[in-house]
Amino acid sequence: MKPKFGVVVFPGSNCDHDAYYSLKHELGYEVEFLWHKEHSLNECNVIILPGGFSYGDYIRCGAVAKLSPIMNEVVKFANDGGIVLGICNGFQILCESGLLPGVLLKNESLKFICEDVYLKVTGKSEIFTNGHNSKVARIPIAHGEGNYFIEPDGLDELEKNGQVLFRYCDASGEINKSANPHGSLNSIAGITSGQGNVLGMMPHPERACSTLLGNDDGKFIFSSIAEFIKKKEVENVL
Amino acid sequence: MFKAKVIIKRRKSILDPQGKAAEQGAELLGFKNIGHVRINKEVEFFVNLDSRDEAMKEVKEFSEKLLANPIMEDFEVFLEEVDEA
Repeated sequence: MKPKFGVVVFPGSNCDHDAYYSLKHELGYEVEFLWHKEHSLNECNVIILPGGFSYGDYIRCGAVAKLSPIMNEVVKFANDGGIVLGICNGFQILCESGLLPGVLLKNESLKFICEDVYLKVTGKSEIFTNGHNSKVARIPIAHGEGNYFIEPDGLDELEKNGQVLFRYCDASGEINKSANPHGSLNSIAGITSGQGNVLGMMPHPERACSTLLGNDDGKFIFSSIAEFIKKKEVENVL
Repeated sequence: MFKAKVIIKRRKSILDPQGKAAEQGAELLGFKNIGHVRINKEVEFFVNLDSRDEAMKEVKEFSEKLLANPIMEDFEVFLEEVDEA
C-alpha cells in the first residue's frame, strides 16, 4: 500500500495548505484535501486534521468541528485502526470528539504564543516516530489554547501506557518547567490513543519540512508514517 | 413549551482566563477587596415540549454533547414553562 494522505478542510482551517504543500512538494507523497461536508475519506490511509480555527472555535476549540459529517468517517476509520494525526486545532478536535482523552485549556500566560520550541520523543510509536526514540526536534507552535489538561487518574493512565509521545524540552533535550511554553501537564506536547494509531500534537511539524525555509525537523513524523504503511504492505505480501 | 437556561461553570481547579483577566483589571482599578473572579457562561433557548421531564432530558443531552465539556466544566439547568418563544 502506498501512503495516501487526506487533509481535512474545515471552515476556518488555516494550516491545510501548509500540510498539503509539505506532504506533496517537500516529501513527495500523494495527498488530497477532504472537505468537511464529505461522507467519504476517498481511500486515504492517513488522515490529517490540520491547524486553524475551525468554525471560529466558537463554544470551545474543536467543539463544532467534531459534528462535521466527515468526522463520523474519521472516528470510524480511527476505531478500525486507521492512522489519524491532529495538529494544533486538529488535536483539540480529536479531544472534543473523544478519540483522545483530555482537553486543551487556555495558555497559562493567557497569551497566544507563536515561536519555535523544542520537542523530545518520550514515547515509542512504530507509526509516528519509528527509529527516532529520544530525538529532539525544533518545531514551531502557534496557539492560544495548548495547555493540556486531564484529571489525575487519566494522566496516570497516559503515563503508565507510554502514550505521551512528545514533551516540550530545551535545546539540549532537558524537560523542565521553563521549556514548557504554556503550562501543559507533565510538559505534554503530544499524545497517542490507547491503540497508538491516533496522534494529537500542538506543535506544527508541517511548518518545519523545508530546508529552504530554514527547518526540516518536522519531516521525520510524516516519513515515519509513510514507512510504516509501506512496511505493512511488504508484510502483507510476505 | 419551556424556556431553558444553562449555566456552565469551569471547575474550580481549572484556570478561568477571563476571570483572571477581570481580577487583574479590578486590581488596576484599585479595588482591593475583590478576588477569585470566575466568569461563567449562561445559555438561553426554548424547548418545544410539553413534558418537563422530557425537556430536562433533552436539555441535558444537548449540554453534554455540545455546550459543556465534562472534562473541565459543570453545568446547571433551569426550566421555566412559557406559552411562546
